Amino acid sequence: MEIVVTAKLVLRDQEFEVRHGMTLRHALAQINVSPESVLATRDGELITDDELLHDDDSIKLIAVISGGC
Amino acid sequence: MKCRRCGHKASINMRQHKLALCKDHYLEWILYQTERIIGKYKMFTHQDQVLVAVSGGKDSLALWDVLLRLDYNVEGLYIGLGINGDISYSTKSRSFCQEFANLHNSKLHILEINKELDNTIPELAKKSSRGRGKPCSVCGLSKRHIMNRLAIDEGYDVLVTGHNLDDEVATLFNNTLNWSTGYLQRQSPVLESTHPGLIRKTKPFCRFYERETAAYALLRGIQYVYDECPYAVGAKSIYNKELLNRLEVDRPGAKLSFYLSFLKAKEEGFFTQQEESNNNLLNTCPTCGGPTTVLGECAFCRMVTKVSQGNQ
Repeated sequence: MEIVVTAKLVLRDQEFEVRHGMTLRHALAQINVSPESVLATRDGELITDDELLHDDDSIKLIAVISGGC
Repeated sequence: MKCRRCGHKASINMRQHKLALCKDHYLEWILYQTERIIGKYKMFTHQDQVLVAVSGGKDSLALWDVLLRLDYNVEGLYIGLGINGDISYSTKSRSFCQEFANLHNSKLHILEINKELDNTIPELAKKSSRGRGKPCSVCGLSKRHIMNRLAIDEGYDVLVTGHNLDDEVATLFNNTLNWSTGYLQRQSPVLESTHPGLIRKTKPFCRFYERETAAYALLRGIQYVYDECPYAVGAKSIYNKELLNRLEVDRPGAKLSFYLSFLKAKEEGFFTQQEESNNNLLNTCPTCGGPTTVLGECAFCRMVTKVSQGNQ
């Protein structure tokens, strides 16, 4: 049986699971989130989108777009 | 990715500048760039009394923080809109502004719309014909009027807002799509006072991307209201920002280039003729004394009159 190890991306109340070993940028493309519209933190520290995602990583995505009409 | 300055691990990569920086060098860079932009566009000096309009969001609180760290004479203004919905939006926003002011021992003016006008913004929107029931138009009109009046009455030299480059580019994009030449000629990092009742306005963050102001707030530990205004759902400006971000992903620097090219075109006189004719059109509102492009009451006073007549 294949064991799929995943990393978790959390954006507001949504959770996404992606395979570990890919870059954050690749993962964002996979879940269809623009890297321009979020910041990412791991353990409270800002990370850049070339970071590799580790097994059991939990990455918090912070939406940065705001505005009115 | 490594910080270009020190080689330590980078916290942010700004592709449009080909620049990755660690936390300490990023915070330093934001201060340096803000000071540079204030000087470049002659926004204000260390002798000026500066009023920053704060909403409780990341941009305006980050701007207040930066201006304090740069030793400007700056105080805050928060306008309570009475918008709460399911998320206590206005209550939370006010609380973040108040906490920031207390923490930095800086003065915060608080004006509540429902005390000023006997109605919250959603109530005004329902009673007014502006915006067809959606409060954004009424909200913008009321905020601009109240910010201007307080800044003039209290003797400030300049009113600053936390508009970032994404705000500016989304507006520019929309006005270009519609060829709204009147709005295009007025869009600028500095809006000069062209009437005694009109405060000078500036936007010191106009060249920072939205993710850069958010990163600054995060790295400085600034507490801000993360939830969006409940009425911003589906807003055109947010749609435009998302569209422009798709362009930015494929062409890093596209947003910055669009904005800077626009400013250059203005500097080269692209809108000069129209600007001169529009400046001559400002009249004085007989009710509030503020500027207006029409003869008679300004749009804000007309709205207030209409709402109060509806209440009778």
